[in-house]
Amino acid sequence: MAHDHHHDHDHEHGSELSDMQLRTRALETILIEKGYIDPAAIDELIETYEKKIGPRNGAQVVAKSWVDPQFRKWLFEDGTAAIGSLGFGGRSGNHLVALENTPSVHNMVVCTLCSCYPWAVLGLPPLWYKSAPYRSRTVADPRGVLADFGIALPKDTEIRVWDSTAELRYLVVPMRPAGTEGWSEEKLAELVTRDSMIGTGVAKSPKELT
Amino acid sequence: MNGAADMGGMHGFGPVVPEDNEPVFHAGWEGHSFALNMATGVAGVWNLDAFRFKRESLPPAEYLNLSYYGLWTRTLELMMLEYGMATPAEIAAGHAIAPFEKAPQPVTAAQCANMVRCGSPYNRPAPAPALFKVGDKVRAKNMHPTYHTRLPRYARGHIGEVVRIVGCHVFPDSNSQNLGEDPHWLYTVRFDGRDLWGEGSDPTVRVCIEAWEPYLETP
Repeated sequence: MAHDHHHDHDHEHGSELSDMQLRTRALETILIEKGYIDPAAIDELIETYEKKIGPRNGAQVVAKSWVDPQFRKWLFEDGTAAIGSLGFGGRSGNHLVALENTPSVHNMVVCTLCSCYPWAVLGLPPLWYKSAPYRSRTVADPRGVLADFGIALPKDTEIRVWDSTAELRYLVVPMRPAGTEGWSEEKLAELVTRDSMIGTGVAKSPKELT
Repeated sequence: MNGAADMGGMHGFGPVVPEDNEPVFHAGWEGHSFALNMATGVAGVWNLDAFRFKRESLPPAEYLNLSYYGLWTRTLELMMLEYGMATPAEIAAGHAIAPFEKAPQPVTAAQCANMVRCGSPYNRPAPAPALFKVGDKVRAKNMHPTYHTRLPRYARGHIGEVVRIVGCHVFPDSNSQNLGEDPHWLYTVRFDGRDLWGEGSDPTVRVCIEAWEPYLETP
């Protein structure tokens, strides 16, 4: 499989990798032999989250909110229904709230207690989102975290951090970049990065589109 | 519980390090760890809150030393032992050891696809009217239960404002102990960063959490 190669990570030593590989395989073998899980279910889940559900879903939502004022209003009033109308919802997306970034308010999403994340619109979270540095610092020093992403906001911008302590899942709606008047939804969606929908980034400018 | 999982406000973990072109899984086994946890969730032997409690109950040194999916695999191992789905000898051997009882029905790919599509809503009919309304000042209780709770330590004892009534939701503190769903009203509560982090902290910061009614009191 394409994802079978191992990357080097300073927090994941090779010995732990092989140990966890064996331990995971042991549990899988027992679950299959005892008839708890059909092996096809495992392939189905891996394939779904590797190939089908990812941040392009959320980008579609954001792009639509930039061009369709009625949808935008609905999105902030009832995120679950508005996002559901585009076909996204379900697992980690049953209770969705969209957060509006403005020149005076910047929203950021975290889960300090585990790794809650809006899978339905963003897919599975990146490693940094689940890491101790992000979980520990975002609620207390969001500007410091933004600096790690190369983002500096004006000093008087209010920063709202949303700690996902229940089953609500948040989608940040970044501001529409200047110079995109008349663009189609499809083209606008290309400007919407995953990080801009978590709040650790902003949407790309037209110049950044390659 | 006051375990290693409750990280908000801790110091010393260093900078956040984003990775360019990050794969969904960094190794094949991570995808399998993820899928096994999802599929056993569909099997319905335990609930999500019980799983989270098991994970955060790991000794802090172990919790902090495991990689993300390492933590999932370790927790699954412990859950399978606790719920009688595997014995220590089977886990050591890496396969089932006869005689064992087979599950009545394996979780199928179709069931998993359905779970992904439908999810599992956490809202429930309300057993009583909501105690608080939007705009109310509330204090997060100073509580330190040894069981599972979703009230982070950094919020406890502090006064915030109700900004949203989410609805009546399954209460993790009860559900994790297999005491039933015990639904309670859930609120989004906004705190001023200065109240949480002191005078020297960034005055532009607001922090919102979701808090169930039993976590809150009138100040």
